[in-house]
Amino acid sequence: MKRERLVVVGNGMAGLKLLEELQAACPGRYAVTVIGAEPEPAYNRVLLSSLLAGEASDEDIRFRDRAWYGANGFRLLTGVPARAIDRDRRRVELRDGRVAPYDKLVLATGSEAIRLPLPGADLPQVLVFRDHGDAMKLKALARPGARAVVIGGGLLGLEAAYGLALLGCETTVVHLMDRLMERQLDAQGAATLRRALEAKGVRFRLGAQSRRVTGDTAVEGLELADGEVLPCDMLVMACGVRPNVALGRAAGLAVQRGLVVDDGLATSADGVFALGECAEHRGVVYGLVAPAYEQARALAARLAGDPAAAYAGSLLSTNLKVSGVSVFSAGAIEAEPGDDALLLSDPGHGCYRKLIVRDDRLTGAILVGEASDALWYLDLIARAAPLGPLRDDLAFGRSFGAAA
Amino acid sequence: MNMRAPDPGPVRTTCPYCGVGCGVLATPDHLGGATIAGDREHPSNFGRLCSKGSALGETLALDGRLLHPEIDGRRVSWDDALDETASGFRRVLDAHGPGAIAIYLSGQLLTEDYYAANKLFKGFLGSANVDTNSRLCMSSSVAGHKRAFGSDTVPGTYRDLETADLLVFVGSNAAWCHPVLHQRMLAARAARGTRFVVIDPRGTATSEEADLHLPIASGTDAILFSGLLVALAERGAVFASYVADHTEGFDAALIRARELAPSVDAVAAACGVEAAKVAAFYDLFAATERAVTLYSQGVNQSAQGTDKVGAILNVHLATGRIGREGMGPFSLTGQPNAMGGREVGGLANTLAAHMEFDAESIEKVRRFWGAPRMARAPGLKAVEMFEAIGRGEIKALWVMGTNPAASLPRADAVSTALRKLDLFVVSENVASNDTVNAGARIRLPAAAWGEKDGTVTNSERRISRQRPFLALPGQARPDWWAVAQVGRRLGFEDAFGWRTPGEVFREHAALSAFENDGTRDFDIGALAGLDTRDYDQLRPTQWPARQSAVRDETRFFAKGGYFTPNRRARFVAVAPITPGAGTDDAYPYRLNTGRVRDQWHTMTRTGKSPRLGSHLPEPFLEIHPDDAAREGVADGGFARVTSPHGAVVLRAKVDPGARRGAPFAPIHWTGETSSSGRVGALVHAVTDPFSGQPDAKATPVAVAPVSFPLQGFALARSGLGGLDAAAWWAKAAAPGGHGLLFALAAEPEVAALFPHMAPDDELVEYVDAARRVRRIAMFRNGALEACLFVGPARPESSWTYLRDKLGARLTDGQVRGLLLAGRASDGAATGPLVCACHGVPKGEIERAIASGCGDAAAVGAATRAGTNCGSCLPEIRRMLAAQRVVVEA
Repeated sequence: MKRERLVVVGNGMAGLKLLEELQAACPGRYAVTVIGAEPEPAYNRVLLSSLLAGEASDEDIRFRDRAWYGANGFRLLTGVPARAIDRDRRRVELRDGRVAPYDKLVLATGSEAIRLPLPGADLPQVLVFRDHGDAMKLKALARPGARAVVIGGGLLGLEAAYGLALLGCETTVVHLMDRLMERQLDAQGAATLRRALEAKGVRFRLGAQSRRVTGDTAVEGLELADGEVLPCDMLVMACGVRPNVALGRAAGLAVQRGLVVDDGLATSADGVFALGECAEHRGVVYGLVAPAYEQARALAARLAGDPAAAYAGSLLSTNLKVSGVSVFSAGAIEAEPGDDALLLSDPGHGCYRKLIVRDDRLTGAILVGEASDALWYLDLIARAAPLGPLRDDLAFGRSFGAAA
Repeated sequence: MNMRAPDPGPVRTTCPYCGVGCGVLATPDHLGGATIAGDREHPSNFGRLCSKGSALGETLALDGRLLHPEIDGRRVSWDDALDETASGFRRVLDAHGPGAIAIYLSGQLLTEDYYAANKLFKGFLGSANVDTNSRLCMSSSVAGHKRAFGSDTVPGTYRDLETADLLVFVGSNAAWCHPVLHQRMLAARAARGTRFVVIDPRGTATSEEADLHLPIASGTDAILFSGLLVALAERGAVFASYVADHTEGFDAALIRARELAPSVDAVAAACGVEAAKVAAFYDLFAATERAVTLYSQGVNQSAQGTDKVGAILNVHLATGRIGREGMGPFSLTGQPNAMGGREVGGLANTLAAHMEFDAESIEKVRRFWGAPRMARAPGLKAVEMFEAIGRGEIKALWVMGTNPAASLPRADAVSTALRKLDLFVVSENVASNDTVNAGARIRLPAAAWGEKDGTVTNSERRISRQRPFLALPGQARPDWWAVAQVGRRLGFEDAFGWRTPGEVFREHAALSAFENDGTRDFDIGALAGLDTRDYDQLRPTQWPARQSAVRDETRFFAKGGYFTPNRRARFVAVAPITPGAGTDDAYPYRLNTGRVRDQWHTMTRTGKSPRLGSHLPEPFLEIHPDDAAREGVADGGFARVTSPHGAVVLRAKVDPGARRGAPFAPIHWTGETSSSGRVGALVHAVTDPFSGQPDAKATPVAVAPVSFPLQGFALARSGLGGLDAAAWWAKAAAPGGHGLLFALAAEPEVAALFPHMAPDDELVEYVDAARRVRRIAMFRNGALEACLFVGPARPESSWTYLRDKLGARLTDGQVRGLLLAGRASDGAATGPLVCACHGVPKGEIERAIASGCGDAAAVGAATRAGTNCGSCLPEIRRMLAAQRVVVEA
């Protein structure tokens, strides 16, 4: 009997994790073709800022070499974006004209950086920071002493700013909101992070709206809504990402913000699945690696023949080193009436913890500067068990709470 | 070249605490401190020191010392202060007579200080209002001794405690209050199987070591010992020939004893203990010739203290077990020189040198002193003295080296009375205490231990030198010098012309021998001829030390020879018990008071030691669980204890070892060290009719629960500020700084509590507002400068943990905010975090690599590190590579 053909569009972290899980769950069951738009096989996107900053090498961010794909029976096509899905004929058409027929199709197309439609945004020194290529372009422009402005005080913007600062650029972050990472941090946590980054040489303009990019042939500055111009030699837009749904939308899949999937990661089209940042599960599009990995595990089990395998959603959490500063955020960010907030702050050392307790259960955690117990807190939020006596030691982490 | 004097080595001196009188070797560091060790050659301790003695080196700092004379809060010269003192006493004396002046001394003074003060007042100012805090401590022993022996004589020696076969501790927690002696007794027990019987209403550290503990109702000791006398008579254990040859009054005493204690059952009922225990004690005592009865405050500090002493002495007289190897009654004194004060006669009802106010003695002393104005009758004893001050009859007072506003009964009333004085002089080490702050106009800075130069006498009549090993700080001067200066200013240049303490001592020794001829027990004539060098080098010397007598027998009375007119000891017919005051519905408990192991008196010295402060840092009430339950007092909570005289609030320690109906509180806390721990304020002013010693262990009190919404503590390397007036607090020394434990209604103000906070100090804070928890750690230059814990619960373990952390710097990878957990982490997690996703620290990965994980995948399998986002894999690979280099090398 002929093996079923599985096509995976996208060779990012989610796509690769799916392959690894498949290889573990049902080696050889599918004839797998992997289609990657980027020239290189999947790499660790999380480390791009380290790569930019020179803290990590290409070697460091590599996951699997091409030989691994071959050895495990995965046909890997790189540097060729998929152009369309022909659902009737059950095949994927590539931009170079090749086609990849499938019995089952997985879309792991990720997301793309948003470019603000500012006047002047088409100048060559206006960049985004999303993939390996972007990192290389930034690195090429980031001479010591160059002036860089980063629009966006979220995770990606801060990572880019930190990398540029480390390369010797005079870096300013322009952020629309009055605090950094407002979706992950409360005011005090954001202030703690800001101070830590300022200590590393990054400057900030908060509550600042960008109006236009100045310069005729090259970027000369960023003009803000209040008329002030921040002179700069390069501009990085890091204002967020949007799911890459064009391929699925064109194929008639149900799309809201992302490709709508059920708990089995199936889209609205028969035999077509989606995972990672392009997928929308129970109304949530995840932008982080951990949920993508959980999805990959569930989908691999499903594809391996377990009809019960399901993904029930991830607790939204951020657990990253933001520019060398550990930041963790999960669940509620602000205490609502009736909630209790536990605060542990050490501004001098750039450490901050906030834990939100509702009805004797942990419902939110923010850790800045020191986040070694992040997963312990995440687990407590997920389990939603009564804290009891643990409450009094909660802020001091696992090694104290374990004995409580 | 730097020429330095050769290091003189350690200075031999004597411990300033209890009456054991241990030899101490102090090696000064020439920076104001000293290293302390026990003196192996001293016959009190043979090198041992207790916790308090060992920590003496921690108590030498000059903070809080009074270093300059002051009048009305202004610094003045010694000349001005002494002139004012002398003219003040002269004025009052001229206007109101000798009854209007008084001096109140201390068992911590040197014999030389005592001698000078006693001489000035009794011989030159005509006033016998010379009393001492020893009145609170052993005056019932003095009275008991005098009544039975005709003299204040401790018949035995420490050696007897080691050669006895039975040691009976009565009202003595020697394990805590005389620890070195107790250790000697334990060592002897290990060698010879000595039996220990403890008679104490409380379960104590001493009773825990006992073969038999009789937790009698407080105040019933005399019945127990009357019963013993009866039992001895019944068992034929009376030493008839000794009684016949050397005593009188046996029959009357036995008749009275039979009335009071006709049978074992009657004793058991009266004392509130099991008859079997009483019988066992009587059997043991009757059958054991080598028996020593040791007693302390439980006996002395009582409305019938003198009769209790009498009842104890009766059984030793009846059995002739006195003054012989391993036998005798033995009063353990609680101060370093209570005995020296007794020798001098620094008590209102003794004239001088074991002479009384009889005409012959007065004349004798007058001639010896060349005294112009002898006191002719006993003066007022401590409690009476302060009552007379309160009535305005005594108008001029000099307090020397003691703190009556904290330690006397009805301490609040004493404090109020002191403010009425026309002239109030204190000689003090400290700039602030309850007495100084009760309106002392003239403040004279006194030499402290380590600076003092003179002699002290311990419980076994052994005179030892306190030698200076520190320079006198500021303008501090010896007390004898200050007295002599006042004496000279009053016109008695010749009588007070001493230049050295040795000259004072020689005069004291000469008086003891003056026309003595064996009529007085106290005779140290052999020491009257010491030259300065001999005095400086004086080795510990036990009296009697008569001139040209062969000193072989150091005990008294084995062959009679009592100092009564007919040289016979007097049995005492013990009076029936009439409790000092009865309990009633309003005050249903009897408050017992006493010491704790690691503090001494009002903590002016021990309170400075962080080591000693760790034992029991707060004033507390030890209360039986039944009593606590009845009053709704919870263990670890607070209790308000009220008597008709005052009120205190104490931490409650519910303890099954406490006697029902008789809670216990320590005496150490004052207004300096606590907000409301002045237990002296509760104590009633009932006194023993013979000795005048206060009945300090049986005040009727009420107990009620108190609760505070918040409790906590503050620690700081620099000084701490205050709390609001309603707060409960206790100060406690901490290593490298100061501590304050507190309970209150509202969160304390950080700025007020830490007045030394600097702008650059970094604050680390933990807040759980819903639970009213707030904790702050303050860092200065990376070291813990101060911290504050506030919350609804008692922070006992946090206090223990944090009090050792002042000045601490945190090592790499430690998160300093975790200090605010208030305890050590239980986790093994070490070092900085490598894998943020799974929370794997560097140490754990290193262990995995060391245990054989050869690549990142193996490390991941073992620790989960690097298995999520993978961003730590580069670091893990570097660690692997570094490990390989190490291995290859």
